[in-house]
Amino acid sequence: MAENQASVIRQIVDQFGKDRSRLMNIVRAVHVKLGYLSEESIGQIAEALGIHRVEVRDMVSFYAFLSRKPTGKTVIRLCNAVVERMKGADQVGEAFKKALGISFGQTTPDGKVTLEHTSCIGLSDQAPNALVNGVPITNLSPKDVPMIVKAIRDGEDLLNLPQAEVDLNVRKTGDVIFAPMERGAALRKAISITPEGVINEINKARLRGRGGAGFPTAMKWDFCRKAQGEAHYLVCNADEGEPGTFKDRAILSECADLLFEGMTLAGYAIGAKEGILYLRAEYEYMLSKLERMLAKRRHLGLLGENICGLEGFTFDIRIQMGAGAYICGEESALIESAEGKRGAPRDRPPFPVQVGYMGQPTSVNNVETLCCAARILEKGGEWFSKIGTKDSTGTKLLSISGDCEHPGIYEVEYGITVAKMLAMAGAEDTQAVQVGGPSGRCLAPKDFGRGISFEDLPTGGSIIIFGKNRDLLECMRQFTEFFVEESCGWCAPCRVGTTLLLKKLEKVLEGHGTRRDLEELESIGKTVKTMSRCGLGQTAANPVLTTLSGFAGLYEARIKSEDYIPSFDLEKAMEAGLKAANRTLEGVHA
Amino acid sequence: MSKDTITFTIDGAEINAKPNQTVMQAADEAGIYIPRLCYHKDLMPGGHCRVCTVKVNGRPQSACTFPVNNGIVVENDTEELNALRRNIVEFLFVEGNHFCPSCETSGNCELQATAYRLGLLAPQLPYLNKERELDASNKEVYLDRNRCILCGRCVRASKQLDGKNVFGFENRGINKRLTVDSPDGLGETSLTAKDKAASICPTGCLVVKRQAYQTPVGKRDYDKTPIGSDIERKKATV
Repeated sequence: MAENQASVIRQIVDQFGKDRSRLMNIVRAVHVKLGYLSEESIGQIAEALGIHRVEVRDMVSFYAFLSRKPTGKTVIRLCNAVVERMKGADQVGEAFKKALGISFGQTTPDGKVTLEHTSCIGLSDQAPNALVNGVPITNLSPKDVPMIVKAIRDGEDLLNLPQAEVDLNVRKTGDVIFAPMERGAALRKAISITPEGVINEINKARLRGRGGAGFPTAMKWDFCRKAQGEAHYLVCNADEGEPGTFKDRAILSECADLLFEGMTLAGYAIGAKEGILYLRAEYEYMLSKLERMLAKRRHLGLLGENICGLEGFTFDIRIQMGAGAYICGEESALIESAEGKRGAPRDRPPFPVQVGYMGQPTSVNNVETLCCAARILEKGGEWFSKIGTKDSTGTKLLSISGDCEHPGIYEVEYGITVAKMLAMAGAEDTQAVQVGGPSGRCLAPKDFGRGISFEDLPTGGSIIIFGKNRDLLECMRQFTEFFVEESCGWCAPCRVGTTLLLKKLEKVLEGHGTRRDLEELESIGKTVKTMSRCGLGQTAANPVLTTLSGFAGLYEARIKSEDYIPSFDLEKAMEAGLKAANRTLEGVHA
Repeated sequence: MSKDTITFTIDGAEINAKPNQTVMQAADEAGIYIPRLCYHKDLMPGGHCRVCTVKVNGRPQSACTFPVNNGIVVENDTEELNALRRNIVEFLFVEGNHFCPSCETSGNCELQATAYRLGLLAPQLPYLNKERELDASNKEVYLDRNRCILCGRCVRASKQLDGKNVFGFENRGINKRLTVDSPDGLGETSLTAKDKAASICPTGCLVVKRQAYQTPVGKRDYDKTPIGSDIERKKATV
């Protein structure tokens, strides 16, 4: 068996050319083949690659979807993100526990089914939801669970489950993303002008990155194009992990052609021969369709050598799967992950446009940004620049979920006010809106007149609506828990600070808080925000900090007036000991 | 002045640096102490502890990784930054299990000394009280994860100086821990007391065996002068 396993692993390693940078693909393939990654497998992978075991363990232990313990043949991952819990994920979880007779993190005694929690899987508009061996099941209710478990037990095809359905839920289309497209038109336009001309057109459109940070795309491509290197790379970031965002789901399933067109012309602009689509593990169910689209485009001469007949223009795209880590949406962490390492962000400078994938100049762009780029080439930069506001041109896809009648994806012009957005989604009696997901900010009604734009309220697109009856601080606690789970741990302020924030917030919510705890919450939050290494840490305290300022009254209502009270109940903590000694607390004090 | 000299300021003082230096390297040469824990002059910077965070033109940056540039304005010894640094050191104290009075490294410990220098006398935040594993299986060096601050110095030293890769990290977030290149423990790795990695730990997490208390308390590195004094002494001569 051990020898057999070693040979299976050697075969997989050979299949990826014994290339250490393909470790992600290697461990994923071993995981599929053997069910999990034992310490023995880790050693065998290291040996076959000629690297140290500790390097493989370092990488494998980082990702949520890679298990180092045996798991069941079926793995159920129930999403327990905030919106899902608002919609009843906890009750669905209880139903799964009851039907399977196990708790979360456990495998049934017969070794067949494993039950786990996972963070947002990009389906908050159809919550509660879960992935069963990667197959999304949506709009769950506790009464569906016995039937689902029976189907799993009977070995039925999960795709036949009535719940195995992803609604498109595009509620509003616009002129940029969800508009008809003539395949190859943008690309032909691009190669009819020089790469600099393409960058110039993007510059005329004043396109800014759609991931949320809003860096000018033309500038990024120009830096990358001009940077010296043996090769240049174009990477598309399809790792949308921000809880409450699911816009890329719709692009990847409906507009992949537009996306690949954008990637190809971006490759032309920066001088790349290779493009990588980094796809989050949660979206693996879309992989085969995406591969088919790539094959079709290769067949049509839109990928590969001499694209569109242009001598010497070579470009192809490979899809790199992730393995469950929110941090990999951060561009430098994504590059590390694509190189087969733990998804730890890098210090900047140098920036990826100088030193990126495999140490070479790399442009990392959001899915939506690349779609915009394709449309700009098709319709012109000037046309694009007239949509939206002066500093935020074009349209933005919003993923709206939470307490509203019509959750889904909306393509809107930049500048739309929060109030208008709420009316559009059919939200009433809104207590607060989380703009930009947990890493964004929690907005109070007094700010609903503000607009979605880079200059006012920038967002990658996650919009979560909290109705008047929600326990807002409990939602912030869950957001903070999410950051504890997803912190990569590289730097001290984020690694430790997120846990301390959670503990402190829990103390307040459990009714043991004082004014001093609120001051400490703010002080910990500022330390995490100012001192952390990357965007995750720099925004991890936002749920706490933005509600401390915008919803101070909610905190005031929770604290006691005393200057100090301990975080635990002394009497309760000593209960067992006192009982054993047959004494009372008064007796101890005396 | 040579055109190969970069000029910038730290807290208003003009500094000359060589191209390709980091802010930390330039400050060290100029006799200006920037607090740090994971940085070591013989290693590539790791950027783990963030204690060396300074403000460059108003933005927080880690001094150990940020390259010098003509005209940058660096803030270092400010009340705001020192308070934030003190908070990080406090985070590290409550994350691990650091019992200074019973630790062999007390007095030579960079964590303890940095805490004193920044004015942290006793942590106020709640301890996480995590169970941490002790590994005494190596004949020459012991590993006490209770005192590990995940600075990665041993990881980098083993790779960059010893050419061995004895150490690495495992897991993520608050569960991240130091791990070693064997299935069972440090005893099965190629680590020896002579390795640079064995003596580069800023705390008492990695300690060479059979050397305890050879330097008596009172005569240890930071018993008489605060950490950073060696760097600041250079200032008089610069």
